[in-house]
Order: sequence, then structure tokens, then C-alpha cells
Amino acid sequence: MTKKARILVVDDEAPMREALYDWLKEDGYEVGLAESGKDAIAIATEKSWDVILLDLKMPGMDGLETLKQLKGKQVDTDAEILMMTAYATVDTAVQAMKEGAFDYLVKPFAPDEIEMQIKKIVAHRELVLENILLRQKLEERSEYDEIIGKSDAMQEIYDLISQVAPTDSTVLITGESGTGKELIAQAIHGNSQRCYMPFIAVSCGALPDSLLESELFGYERGAFTGAEHTKKGRFEMADKGTLFLDEIGDISLKTQVDLLRVLQRKEFRRLGGQEEIKVDVRILAATNQDLKKAISENKFREDLFYRLNVISIPVPPLRKRKDDVPLLVKAFIRRYCLEMNKELVKISSSALNLLMDYDWPGNVRELENVIERALVIGRGKEIVMEDLPFSRKQLGPETMPNSLKLMEKMHIKRILEETDWNISKTARLLEIDRQTLYNKIAKYKIEKES
Amino acid sequence: MSSCVTICPIGSVDEGILEHIAKCISIRCGLNCRISMRMENPRYAYNDTRYQYNSKLILKHLLQKSPPDTLRLVGVTSVDLYVPILQFVFGLAQIEGQCSIISLHRLWPEYYDQPSDRDLLLARVEKTALHELGHTFGMTHCRDRRCVMYSSVRIEDTDLKQPDFCPTCFELFQWYLNKSPQQSPY
Repeated sequence: MTKKARILVVDDEAPMREALYDWLKEDGYEVGLAESGKDAIAIATEKSWDVILLDLKMPGMDGLETLKQLKGKQVDTDAEILMMTAYATVDTAVQAMKEGAFDYLVKPFAPDEIEMQIKKIVAHRELVLENILLRQKLEERSEYDEIIGKSDAMQEIYDLISQVAPTDSTVLITGESGTGKELIAQAIHGNSQRCYMPFIAVSCGALPDSLLESELFGYERGAFTGAEHTKKGRFEMADKGTLFLDEIGDISLKTQVDLLRVLQRKEFRRLGGQEEIKVDVRILAATNQDLKKAISENKFREDLFYRLNVISIPVPPLRKRKDDVPLLVKAFIRRYCLEMNKELVKISSSALNLLMDYDWPGNVRELENVIERALVIGRGKEIVMEDLPFSRKQLGPETMPNSLKLMEKMHIKRILEETDWNISKTARLLEIDRQTLYNKIAKYKIEKES
Repeated sequence: MSSCVTICPIGSVDEGILEHIAKCISIRCGLNCRISMRMENPRYAYNDTRYQYNSKLILKHLLQKSPPDTLRLVGVTSVDLYVPILQFVFGLAQIEGQCSIISLHRLWPEYYDQPSDRDLLLARVEKTALHELGHTFGMTHCRDRRCVMYSSVRIEDTDLKQPDFCPTCFELFQWYLNKSPQQSPY
């Protein structure tokens, strides 16, 4: 379940492929096999890999040609490529390095040689990934500071937050991606007695297993190759505060054991450490996965699930709380106009209707991105349908209310907005006189939006 | 229900070493062990270019000969093992499978021009056997250098680690053990 480094083995000889497969599996890597250069290109186009072990001498498309194509515009893999060669072709391997291969290994390898090369690549990629995640984290923190929504579904969540926040209970927040699970965790922490202590969030799914282990529990100097200093983990950093474990459904069985131990005994050991470290941490976890299904598939421990799921907060997807869309739109417009140093813009009712009719598979995060994009590309004083990344045609006909009165109200409101509340023009378009229009505006309590 | 691990000598293997492996697995893993009849020297797996034995072929053979009432089978041989892509292996296991094999060849201190030391040999044998047995339950390598599931690519790695699982790997081993389908005795 965990994100493990992915290694693609490309070799035309089955015994070589199988031997590498077994060896790499023992290290817990996700391994793919390709028996020709052509296969490798197809596989690398379809899926991303961290390392590609590529044999130089293959019938048909040889390793060098495969390398050129993998690094070429068509595939453009960002995987590091390790060439494999027999003694006779070392010169070609050197040439391969000039073409962008990371290094080469002479077959048969010494076990420590291949292990070192792969660990070097994986560690480098982990560092790059960690850097990206840290940057994202910094950006996210300034973006979110409150949960927005006044729908019934959100009212229930606010009630739950105020009930569970003062306790020390473990909470499992479930919901689709982009529903704002971390915001709920922050709200729980912010309303708890631990609010002046750290809130530490870890995105478990984004980190490879080995990195997650050292992130959570830290390590002692010399615990593994490259551990030059003792490092505190997130559990220690979150002492007396709250630790938010996002994407908990993605952690390996091994990390599940470690987590279970901390939850049961409130203590853990750093990687390579002898000393049991006691911590007082409140755990909040979140997932977009069906953990009960994962339990039935032996991918998630039942005992850990019950430890985490003391209190459960299911966050509804945006499509089930569409009443909140106008409020969210307003909040995002305000936020991004301020950020972009732009005059506050409005949204046309037809554009808002379109947003209301959309299903939002990416939830609040998607809506936020749509508004940000509209503000970047839009030039007018209001967001119009053309500024949105989807059209009415794509979504199908506008949803019409069943009530005739409501339909009349919406129609009048739309024409008023299109004419910028020009009463004479609106009356003319509606083919009614001005007094009738005034009466209907009063009857339906139609108001001009500021 | 059987929870018996079979220790199977392949070719000529010192009886004391086999008994030591059986004792260690029984103590460390809480599993009953028995030593089976000796298998013939695995000539079918010999590679006369490398002067070594293909461990994968031996594993396949072991799988065919594995007694139906055994939970796991650990083959023990004195010959030098390899897999085609690597220069040598200390042992090989089927991940989440039935069988594993270990070689004593590169565990002897004399192989590294060290003075003869039976205790050191037994310590290496114990660690290698536990490591490969762990793989058969689905365990992958551990990052803790002292854990028996730490990857041994050099004999120094084997010497550095302890003959036991780290607390996490032990718990995980127990979990895998409980999930592992037990087989009925005859």
C-alpha cells in the first residue's frame, strides 16, 4: 500500500529478470519487468518509475537505443537509468552515461554494489520529494485558515468538532480528496487544550515507507547508511500537541505495527535506538480509502483501525453540499483578489449556476483552483462562463427547479443581472411592463448583489 | 494444526549445525522444528562456468519435495549459491512462499581468512536462517542494522546484526504468522 520506490528491470534473459525481481522484492521495492526495449518504452510511457535497470545487449532495439528513446521527448522519463552490461561492453556503457544514464553495473553484480547504487538513487529522489512536499506545505499553510460552509452537513461537522476537540480521543476523518480533512484536523487542534502546542501534519501517502519511518520516529546516528546525525521524528516534535496523519490508509504493515505500539504504550524507539521515548501526543488521522475493505484484504490491521476510529468524522463531498458553493466561491474570490492585488470581482449568475451544476470530483480544492484560474485569465469585473474550464454544453442542460415560482424568480434574476439591473431593458426582454417587473422583484425578494 | 518448520540438509551438512538452526527457530519464533532426511547434492543446479550452484533451481526442487504437513522448509547446503545476476547469495527465499535455502559456504570464518571459530559460524548460520525464514512469511528488509531482517550484502552486515527481530519486525512476524494458512498434519 505504501509508496515504494518503483524499479523497472529490462533484460531479454528471463533468468536475469527473475533473479533481479526476487532480489529487489526482498528489499520491498515495487518491481516491473520488460523483456525488450520496445516493452520498456511501452511500460515507461504508461507508468512512472524511479529506477530503470536496463540491459545493454538485447536483440532488436539494444540498450543504448532504448535509453535514447526513454530519455527522448516521447517518453521523457525522469527515472534514473542504470545500465547493465557484461565486461566486453564497458565502453558502450560509458557512452550510455554520456547519453544520460546514471551509472552502469557489470554483470554479475556484487550484492553490495547494486544495493548501494539503488539506495543512492532512491535517497536522492526522496530528498527531492521531501523538498517539494515542504514547499507545498509552506504554501498550503498560508492558503487555508478556516473551514467554509453553512450547509446542514457542515453544521453537523462543526458540532462534532466542538464535542471532540476538548477530549484527547483519537479521531479518524474520512472523505474524498480535496474535501478539507486537514482543515478539520486543524480546527480540532485549534479548539483543544493543546492549541498552544505544535500541530504537526504528515502526509503518509506521499512518503516512501523508509522515509516515513524516519520522519515519524526519527533515527539515531548510524542507524542506517547516511544517518550521520541523530534526528527527532514527528512524534517527538508533536509532544504535548497533535499529530495529524493524513492518508493513513497508505502506510505499510510495518509502519502500522509501529503506530499501534505508540498508540497502545505512548512510547516508541527511534530507528536504531535502544531507549523507549515517552510522548504525549494526540493522534488525528485521515483517509480517503475504505479502511474496512483494506482490512478484509489484509492490507490494514483491524486492531489499528479500532484504535484510530475512536471517533469518526465523515466529511461529505462537495457535490452533496452544493448549498455551500456560493459561499465558498465568494470566500475564494476574496482570498485570491487580495493575494493578486486585484479589485474585488463578482461572479455572473450564469457562471455561478454552472458551478452549482458541476459535480466537483476534486471537491473544494478543485473549486478553489477553478476560481483562482478564472481570476487569472478573466479580464472583466466579473467571472463569466467563459472564464471557467468547463462549459454548459459539457455539463448538459441547466438544472431547472421543479417549482414554477422558483423558476420565474431565477429567470428574472438572471435577466436583471445580464442587463445590469436596467429595469426598462429587463421588462422589455421579459415582455412585461415595468410595474409588473417591480411587483415581481418585491414578491420574490430579488436583491441586487453587491 | 501444524506449525512445524522443516530443516532440510542438502548434500553433506554437519548435524550440529542443523540442530542449532532448529533450536534457534524454535526459541526465536516459537515454532516447532524437525530435521528431515538429507537430500542429494544438487548437481542439477551446478554451473560449470561459475563453479557455483543456482539457488533458484534448488528452491524449485525443494518446493516439489516439501512435505505437505510442513509450515515452512529451510534448506541448508554447504555449496556456494548464486542467482544469475549476482555474484553470490548467502541464501534465497520465496517471498510469502514455502521454501528458503541458506548456504554455509560463505559463512565459514575460514572463507575470509579468519581463524576457525565455530561460535561465529553458528551465529552467522542462525541469522541467515532466520532472515530467509522471515522472507517466506512476507517480510522485507528492515532498515535497522541490528535487526535480523537487515539486508546482508557482505558478511560484515551479518556479523553486525543481532540474531533476532527488532520489536517491529517481531510483531510483524507474529502478524504474518497468524495470517499464514496453517496446514493440517497427516
